[in-house]
Amino acid sequence: MNENIRKKFEQEPKTWYYKVLIALVVVVIIAWSSTTVQVNEVTGDGISIARKIISGIFHPDTGMLFNLTAQGVPYLLLETMCIAFLGTIVGAILSIPLAFLASTNIVPKPIAVVVRVFIMAVRTIPAFVYGLMFIRVTGPGAFAGLLTMSVCSIGMVSKMFIECIEDLDTKILESLDAAGCTLFQKIRYGIIPQLIPDFISTVIYRFDMNLRDATVLGLVGAGGIGAPLINAMSAYRWNEVGAILAGLIILILIIEVISTKIRVKLARG
Amino acid sequence: MGLYDKIFKPKTIVLSNGKEVKEKFTRTPLILLILIIATVVSVQITGFDLSLLVERIHQFFVILGRMFPPNVDYIPNIWGPLLDTIKMSLLGSFIGSVVAIPFAILASSNIISIKPVLWIVRLFLSIVRTIPTLVCALIATYIWGLGTMAGTVAIGVFTFAYVGKQLFELIETVDMGAYEAMEAMGATKSKAFVTTVLPQVLPSYISVCMFCLEGNVRYASILGYVGAGGLGLILNEKISWKQYDSVGMILVILFGTVLIIEWLSHYVRKKLT
Repeated sequence: MNENIRKKFEQEPKTWYYKVLIALVVVVIIAWSSTTVQVNEVTGDGISIARKIISGIFHPDTGMLFNLTAQGVPYLLLETMCIAFLGTIVGAILSIPLAFLASTNIVPKPIAVVVRVFIMAVRTIPAFVYGLMFIRVTGPGAFAGLLTMSVCSIGMVSKMFIECIEDLDTKILESLDAAGCTLFQKIRYGIIPQLIPDFISTVIYRFDMNLRDATVLGLVGAGGIGAPLINAMSAYRWNEVGAILAGLIILILIIEVISTKIRVKLARG
Repeated sequence: MGLYDKIFKPKTIVLSNGKEVKEKFTRTPLILLILIIATVVSVQITGFDLSLLVERIHQFFVILGRMFPPNVDYIPNIWGPLLDTIKMSLLGSFIGSVVAIPFAILASSNIISIKPVLWIVRLFLSIVRTIPTLVCALIATYIWGLGTMAGTVAIGVFTFAYVGKQLFELIETVDMGAYEAMEAMGATKSKAFVTTVLPQVLPSYISVCMFCLEGNVRYASILGYVGAGGLGLILNEKISWKQYDSVGMILVILFGTVLIIEWLSHYVRKKLT
């Protein structure tokens, strides 16, 4: 018995040189990339700022946190949520045709490749560049933020949509065909039930992400909670920063719990 | 849901063998109602206006039009910041993914059986994940000064939170049979972990790290906006000077880089599975 085990053990492929090579490559890459980081010494200034930041976050500006007017945290959070909600919906609607056009089981391969490159190009442009473009269209404010968010959602949402369209089980369509269903019935009972749970799950996940990314919009004045947050930070008003961050963190945690629950329910049917 | 079922009575179907089956009334109207209310409220608050959009959408293409043709003469100035961005993402992703390992182990319920430790570590990971990367970068620039250090820290923190969550979910779904067998044979917990759990999660862990790196290169271009070094720095500069042809060139180069890195990581991930 032991003899057999030892024999098998000796037959194990010798891959140590392969592993050493990979480790070496990783070490070289990391060493090479660490050359760029100038490790500035943390000055006394830096430490005092860090202390102020932490004390600000633990002593949030309660006046602002519970202020129900347009400057208060609750309204800003509501606005951010509305931007993320509509942005996700508009983005998902834009993604559906793109996803169908980029699935190799629906259209010929050359068209699919072209549409995929287009989707990647849309994804490459950073959010604040879109923000600037949309501000020309609508003027600064929540509307521009909404449009930016929807265009930024296209990349990831359509990628997930493409995956589930390509996973479609075509045997169901064939059996519906055999049962004498019309085209409309095939779409209604063969395709939609397969796609809807995955689509909704993707959209909810993206809503979650959009809520996190909403601060980026503040950089260009496209509405939401980002602008007050960044203004407060550049003015060193750490209590305000603490209030906004506290609101944001609590909101995101709540939304995450709800969205995970819904997605687990969708996945299990 | 209980109240909803009381208002809309479930339909009762009697099967041929006399059994009664209750079909609950469809939930679609309720979900639709909630969605419509949310949409109306959102339209009110954000000032969504389709006619304005249709009327002025040509303005969107003004800047896009000015980016073409991209300014080819500007390419030599792009390489430096581009390399900075790539190095920042590499180093940040590496540090983040390594630091995430012990936290992920502490958050897995099949390895650690002490409930309070689990919940504290998980809550910590969740809270770190909610901190916007931009805020993190801005705070880092206050502490370490402007430059790539701040960007690396921000990317590291983001990677840490993302990889940490994915990794503890991976560890929780491994097959524990081999681990228990090792323990039964007298191996210590750490030894059993390294020899049985690690080989199971390693391919997926590396795959998650590569995926994160991919996203980080894209994200690193935004961080420059707050002065955290890299491509975003020159992007921001050229936008404020309204030299859109140079902006176009930067975006084209960034697109090419992202394409190459995505292809590389796709290749590695395919090899792993």
